Amino acid sequence: MGTDESDLDCNDTIERLYHYLDGELTDERRTEIRRHLDDCGPCLGAFDFEADLRQVIANRCKDHVPDSLRQRVHDAIREEERREASGRSS
Amino acid sequence: MVQRMADRGRFTELAMPHMQALYTAALRMTRNPADAEDLVQETFLKAYRAFDRYEDGTNIRAWLYKILTNTFINSYRAAKRRPEKADVEDVEDLYLYHRIGDLRASGAGRSAEDEVFDHFTDDEVKRAIESLPEAFRIAVLLADVEGFSYKEIAEITDVPIGTVMSRIHRGRKALQKALLDFAVARGLVGSTEAGR
Repeated sequence: MGTDESDLDCNDTIERLYHYLDGELTDERRTEIRRHLDDCGPCLGAFDFEADLRQVIANRCKDHVPDSLRQRVHDAIREEERREASGRSS
Repeated sequence: MVQRMADRGRFTELAMPHMQALYTAALRMTRNPADAEDLVQETFLKAYRAFDRYEDGTNIRAWLYKILTNTFINSYRAAKRRPEKADVEDVEDLYLYHRIGDLRASGAGRSAEDEVFDHFTDDEVKRAIESLPEAFRIAVLLADVEGFSYKEIAEITDVPIGTVMSRIHRGRKALQKALLDFAVARGLVGSTEAGR
């Protein structure tokens, strides 16, 4: 059957799904998982779903920085720099 | 003085490009624009003051997030505490995937998962994240929105890596449950009971 010891079943694969998507597996493990996904539609479906969901979450979570905040931060840092300078010279 | 001006130039160059991401994270943490702005300003000011301790060539993004997270936990959380659950309900793995699959199979909802994704609004995704208890919210935010590794998140939040992994895992499932609730509420997928 050509089944060697490293072959993963569906449970093993799903268990490692997040670690795979998070890039937290060794190359060897990644290869084993890809091999399983090549032959297993249901697991591939679950992987694709989770990968797409991750993308959606990251993309939908962007907020525009108000110009007033940029200005505030710049001003605060300049002010801090001035304060330090005067503290040193006095 | 000349040295310090050079520092400010370098700080501006290295740190400022991260303001948008830090502001986004601050909004999810504080759930309030006024607090988020104060938190971001305080983070940059602290980072500037500590900039001589930043080691050139190391990950400035992780360094800034650590300051942001610490500042949030030490100042904002304590000051603006409101009662919240400390834990999340445990749901099955692949919760959303299975639920959407079940709904499709039962004919209750006809949306393919891609369509469901397309119909989530930015606001719903943000509210779903904000609905998570703090420790889970921060872990999921750092992993899924900011893309930090488990090890980086462990360093940023100062908790063991095993705890980080557990928080991310359980937080993601709770996030999926929150998203499904939005989808059902808006009729993007039917509820199994109602059989829309």
